Amino acid sequence: MSDYLVIDNLTKIYPTPKGDAVIVKDFNLRIKKGEFVCLIGHSGCGKSTVLSMVTGLNEITGGGIILAGKELVGPGPDRGIVFQSPCLLPWMTAFENVMLGVDQVFFTADKAERKQIAEYYLSVVGLADSMHKKPAELSQGMRQRVGIARAFALSPKMLLLDEPFGMLDSLTRMELQQVLIELWRRDKKTALMVTHDVDEALFLADRIVCMTNGPEAEVGEILEVHFPRPRDRKAVLEHPDYYKLREHLIAFLEERAHKKLPKTKIDLPKSSPPQNPNGSAHRKALNVLLNHA
Amino acid sequence: MKSFKLDWLVLPLIGAGIVLLLWQISSATWAKELPSPLKTWETSKPYIVEPFAKRGEMDQGILRFTWYSLILVAKGYALALLIGTPLGFFLGLSKTFTKIFDPIIQVLRPVSPLAWLPLGLVLFMGAGKNASELGALFTIAICAMWPTVLNTAVGVRAIPQDYLNVAKVLKLSRTKTLFKVLIPAALPYMFTGFRLSLGIAWLVIVAAEMLTGRPGVGGFLWQEYNSLIYEHIILCIITIGVVGFVLDRLMSLAESKFKTA
Repeated sequence: MSDYLVIDNLTKIYPTPKGDAVIVKDFNLRIKKGEFVCLIGHSGCGKSTVLSMVTGLNEITGGGIILAGKELVGPGPDRGIVFQSPCLLPWMTAFENVMLGVDQVFFTADKAERKQIAEYYLSVVGLADSMHKKPAELSQGMRQRVGIARAFALSPKMLLLDEPFGMLDSLTRMELQQVLIELWRRDKKTALMVTHDVDEALFLADRIVCMTNGPEAEVGEILEVHFPRPRDRKAVLEHPDYYKLREHLIAFLEERAHKKLPKTKIDLPKSSPPQNPNGSAHRKALNVLLNHA
Repeated sequence: MKSFKLDWLVLPLIGAGIVLLLWQISSATWAKELPSPLKTWETSKPYIVEPFAKRGEMDQGILRFTWYSLILVAKGYALALLIGTPLGFFLGLSKTFTKIFDPIIQVLRPVSPLAWLPLGLVLFMGAGKNASELGALFTIAICAMWPTVLNTAVGVRAIPQDYLNVAKVLKLSRTKTLFKVLIPAALPYMFTGFRLSLGIAWLVIVAAEMLTGRPGVGGFLWQEYNSLIYEHIILCIITIGVVGFVLDRLMSLAESKFKTA
């Protein structure tokens, strides 16, 4: 199958008073139709920046993104997005929140059909009984279920998920991973998900893209995950390759992700946090060094 | 202090009692022209027990006067909201718009109603006998709209990026974004502005009526001052205070309804 999403030399630069801050540089990635790809890396490495450029909410400095043969310009409902926080409008019920998108995308369908679509997806994510509640009456996990239902209900070309389960407790997280993967399998959507949870990535993804640390983050390594589908959590955990892959990923995150940092980091003043490989303090210090050079 | 049964009633009564006592002492000692509480009650009685009586243009029951004032306030207040809310939205949405108009707003905002009224009268001089009403409406609207303008602007600026992203991702039209996202999100702030604006509109009415001599609580107050019936000044002051209090309470109720939504 041909490439469905093509990210070509994607670059993001924020101009700062101390010169340009290059967050992402020449990021290349190709995703096939129906593939589930996870983007993994330390927090702040730029993986969310890449995703937000695909959503169109963040402007692209250089390079381009092509989805289904068309270059992406700006945001649009052809990409279903699940944000880290559910981003529901609090004055609307769960149902109305989903309907807001459905009305927008299926404006040619009649009211009853649109209602059916919203109700269908809300039921599938397990909210059949509480779809007419306001977000404030729902638990964090239930709110994120609404977020997932909203993204799928748009019948988007692809799904973009930005650490969708990052704010949930581990039990709820596993439940929602199950909800997500079942919906994904049913609708055969192409998905790109940002996460920093190694186990989550291994359970969901066909491929895991490891990003190097910023600044100038890029693809460090791509890992194929061959666990048979449909996946069962127990089977995945018991698979002979599971721990090998997991070790490999963790080793990457622990050591190789930093390989791009220039040697000057040793010369950093002692006051800067030493084990903060990607924090803003580090980046700042780096900028200072680069500007003095 | 420990709370006891009926303290909600007894304690405010003690406060009112202290003020009454000070009033009584003042009228008996250093302010001889000030009518005593009892005298005030006796002279005001016909206006209170027959609140809707109409004995002449400037001799009517106190609630009838209040009603006239409320109608004028309602008109001016509606005008203030009609102009103030969109203005607040533009200020909240556009940085350029803010840069253009914020300084002039900050300059006009502290101007007293007493200063605006003559200008209002001049503006509508051509309107003949309606001039005083239009001038009063202009004054109420221009004085009362600022809290609505500023609070709406703050409310619009405080809308979380998350909500705006939802609108962007779904490609909602401008109208849909306005009615489905911006207005509901800014509504709690807007209501705070509406409540403060109503308070100011009620403050302005007295000044407007005094200067134009229109029938109403303020007009009555000024006329009775000129007629040396000082008891009625006090009657008017109490009426204005009570009505203002009730209006504020009603707005608070409406506000809290929208805040939970």
